[in-house]
Amino acid sequence: MHAALETRRLCKSFGALTVADQINFRLETGARHALIGPNGAGKTTLVNMLTGRLPPTSGEVLIGGEDVTALGQVARVKRGLGRTFQINTLFRNVSVVDNVAFAVAERKGVAWRMFRPASAYSDVLDESMALLDTLGLAQDARLTVAGLPYGKQRLVEIAIALGLKPRVLLLDEPAAGVPTMESHRILEVLDALSKDIAILIIEHDMDLVFRFAQRITVLTQGTVLVEGTPAEIAADKHVREVYLGERHV
Amino acid sequence: MNHAGGYIADARIRAAEWLPWVVAVLCYFFAPSYLPLGSYVLTMIIFALSLDLILGYGGIVTLGHSAYFGTGAYVAGILAARLTGEPLVGLLAGTLSAGLLGWITGIIILRTRGLALLMLTLAITSVCYEVANKATGLTGGADGLGGFSVQPILGLFKFDMFGKTAYLYCLVVLFVCWWLIRRLVYSPFGASLTGVRENNIRMHAVGAPVYQRLVISYTISAGLAGLAGALLTQTTQFVGLKVFGFELSGDLMVMLILGGVGRIYGAFVGPLVYLVAQDYLAKQFPEYWYFGIGIMLVLVVMFARGGILGIIDAGIARLRSRP
Repeated sequence: MHAALETRRLCKSFGALTVADQINFRLETGARHALIGPNGAGKTTLVNMLTGRLPPTSGEVLIGGEDVTALGQVARVKRGLGRTFQINTLFRNVSVVDNVAFAVAERKGVAWRMFRPASAYSDVLDESMALLDTLGLAQDARLTVAGLPYGKQRLVEIAIALGLKPRVLLLDEPAAGVPTMESHRILEVLDALSKDIAILIIEHDMDLVFRFAQRITVLTQGTVLVEGTPAEIAADKHVREVYLGERHV
Repeated sequence: MNHAGGYIADARIRAAEWLPWVVAVLCYFFAPSYLPLGSYVLTMIIFALSLDLILGYGGIVTLGHSAYFGTGAYVAGILAARLTGEPLVGLLAGTLSAGLLGWITGIIILRTRGLALLMLTLAITSVCYEVANKATGLTGGADGLGGFSVQPILGLFKFDMFGKTAYLYCLVVLFVCWWLIRRLVYSPFGASLTGVRENNIRMHAVGAPVYQRLVISYTISAGLAGLAGALLTQTTQFVGLKVFGFELSGDLMVMLILGGVGRIYGAFVGPLVYLVAQDYLAKQFPEYWYFGIGIMLVLVVMFARGGILGIIDAGIARLRSRP
């Protein structure tokens, strides 16, 4: 069985600085996997290599067993890799439903059509609306994203990625900047996602990580320190030293 | 008034959208002495529409759009002087050649963004200018190209000395361009251009071939600019180096910003106001007329970032919000 997403001996150096060193990582089909690590551990670099924004110095990236190392971002999206951004990366001045519809249209391959009005593609609109409904954003569909409260913008961030119907979803700090009071809403949304989607979450909020993830990988200084179940990670001496210790002592 | 396109936008033509056409037809009957100016305004509206497509919808900032306008103008002129004065053939040739140039240059320059892109668009215009300047055998160089005649449209409608035929010709061509651009803006393709303008990074992340899409929109826009250029050549029966001038690109940008960017009708209002004001001011204050244009632009940039249409939109919104 191929992993949904896999890296083999993945390395990245910027000159003398090595930010990813021989990373072997497997995200199983349907997994709920978290990637944690202190600042500067190389999490963002790893995500950028997974999505194809940054070419690795050496090593391989595989999606569903297929080597995609040489492929760009767009080709990887077509192979089922969706992502969200740590800092809101939205179409701010258009409606919420258009934000999702842009993604749906790309997936359905209608975005090149030049003649009929976009509103005539009711399948794109219906699907986008249905998706927003599942996230509790149906009432906001026609509002401009820039006018939404921040917590809802974080949900739109996820909604756009879901519009791609990804098989692998990378969530880059989905609750970043969201007050703890509201982050449970994001967790609810994540919990409700289909088990067909393999999810890798990069997160600083340890409560969210331990409640959501079934497996956790800890990254420090560009290498995998340890991987295991939440219980194993919580009990791991090294992890407590380098990471949890800094916050939870 | 806003024409943002997208998947929930109502693409039907609203009543107010017929207004420019009514005005244009009324001008034909009631302002016969202004028809040559009118033809020029209509031509510049097409040119401004072509810029609005890439600037207003695609977010490509260019100061070199006269390269394509000039290409269309010269191709139509050379064709009329050497081969055939058939106007529709000239329009087609001007459009296709400018579109081809847009495609080739677009492939190169759209790999860059921001200031680098701006510089490259300027460079392309400069190259075109020099080519036209040096190839005197073909273009007439600094003297320009004239003395050719344009045949009657469809063999029926002769160009007259009052500019009546030219005006109606421009109006019909503009109508066709407007209709096509409007379809494009409201299409999924137009929506995706909005996506690119709003957030290029996210557009990549949803799997959109951003670069290819920009190249295609740039090609279409260049073709339209070439069409406008060919139209100018045919209605004035002359082409000069000015059509490749940096000043023309700059004026065009000013006109579009004045009218309002990314709204389709900003490209109508801007050239109309700018050129009519220019005509009036040049008559009243032959020495200082640019001062008036400058004041107008300063006011728009300071108080109305959405251009004249932005002011009107804000006014309507205010009236509506009143209890």
